[in-house]
Amino acid sequence: MAATVTTTATTGKTWGGGNEPMGASYGKLMMWFFIVSDALTFSGFLASYGFSRFKFLETWPIADEVFTHFPFLHGVDAPMYYVALMTFILIFSSVTMVLAVDAGHQMKKTKVAIYMLLTIVGGFIFLGSQAWEWKNFIKGEYGAVETKGGAILQFVDASPEHKRVSLDEFAATLPTERVQKTRSNGIWFEEGATLGEYSVEEVIEGFKANPNLLVRTEVLNKDKQKTILSREESIKRLEDAAIVVRGANLIRNEYGHKLFANFFFFITGFHGFHVFSGVMINILIFFNVLLGTYEKRKSYEMVEKVGLYWHFVDLVWVFVFTFFYLV
Amino acid sequence: MAHSHESNTKRIWVVFGILSVITIVEVIFGILKPDALYRTELFKLNLLNWLFIILTIVKAYYIMWAFMHLEGEKGSLRWSIVAPLVFLIIYLVFILLMEGNYVFEVFHDSHYKWLF
Repeated sequence: MAATVTTTATTGKTWGGGNEPMGASYGKLMMWFFIVSDALTFSGFLASYGFSRFKFLETWPIADEVFTHFPFLHGVDAPMYYVALMTFILIFSSVTMVLAVDAGHQMKKTKVAIYMLLTIVGGFIFLGSQAWEWKNFIKGEYGAVETKGGAILQFVDASPEHKRVSLDEFAATLPTERVQKTRSNGIWFEEGATLGEYSVEEVIEGFKANPNLLVRTEVLNKDKQKTILSREESIKRLEDAAIVVRGANLIRNEYGHKLFANFFFFITGFHGFHVFSGVMINILIFFNVLLGTYEKRKSYEMVEKVGLYWHFVDLVWVFVFTFFYLV
Repeated sequence: MAHSHESNTKRIWVVFGILSVITIVEVIFGILKPDALYRTELFKLNLLNWLFIILTIVKAYYIMWAFMHLEGEKGSLRWSIVAPLVFLIIYLVFILLMEGNYVFEVFHDSHYKWLF
């Protein structure tokens, strides 16, 4: 077990240099230093997500209702299956990575190369999946209205299941003189809000013309469901409407509290950036394996070091999965 | 050479099996949300969420011990990695969640509007 190369000169001076006090080489120890500090960075992000969520516990969006897409299943409500799939992809690429490390211990160059390649492919599939997830999140689905106070009002039908209703299904078309202003319109004009698909008036008119519609607020009731207002309350609440929201960005989103989207973009984005860097480093090491660099060095420890980083990325995803999608 | 040359392939696949099973269990519970767990609170968190957090930590243990090979490292290295993480993360999470809960109560019981 002991990997320490103790020479007579350093006997009695464990930390005097020339040996490996913790049984790990310099490179590996430095990789662990990086991982521990990066793990604390991610903990900071996730803990601040927890802070904001506890702060707005009563109005926080329900993740199951936000992430419901699955490729090729249009209109099917599939909460969590897609992220579960992404989790599998990442865990599996971790397995191929650790198999590459294992093959490296046995100095089997071809096997290391094949497993590294599989890991890289897994990384790319994960990145693609994440891009698709972002696309759906940004595009939005049903659309909502934001009030002057910053609350999000969504629309449901009056059936007992209270199915969500898209703005497209009821928004009225009003004669309008709305014009998208641009800088060429005026000398002093800097920038203005982009015109949405619908104006607030169109949504309100459409709502009034459809007696089958109700407003759903962000507030969670005792059954841990979003509160649905009565018809009268709904119309009254809509008077506060200030802007029509569809999809998500860093300023507002149709799913509920704006911090939800901000944390989602920031944390999954930061993780995705790590995955991307991991794939790039893996590609580098893969070519080194092919060129026989480690064969010459008689040690595949470099594969082990990038392996540590790759598993760390997987480790972080396990936590992101829990706190964004499950809890 | 830090490690012996025998293959650990079997161990790797066993751990992959464990991680997969845990993930599947998590997803099943996440979709079913059994009332007995979902509606019972313990320290401001329902039992279902406690279950998810514990399963996540079990997963983290297997990833770190088997994949990142901490089980084969010296005890001193293992502790230097795990102890600071465990201590600092629990400390940070405890403080932030307490504070978050306090702010929630201010919003909830005081005269502020919910967004300011």
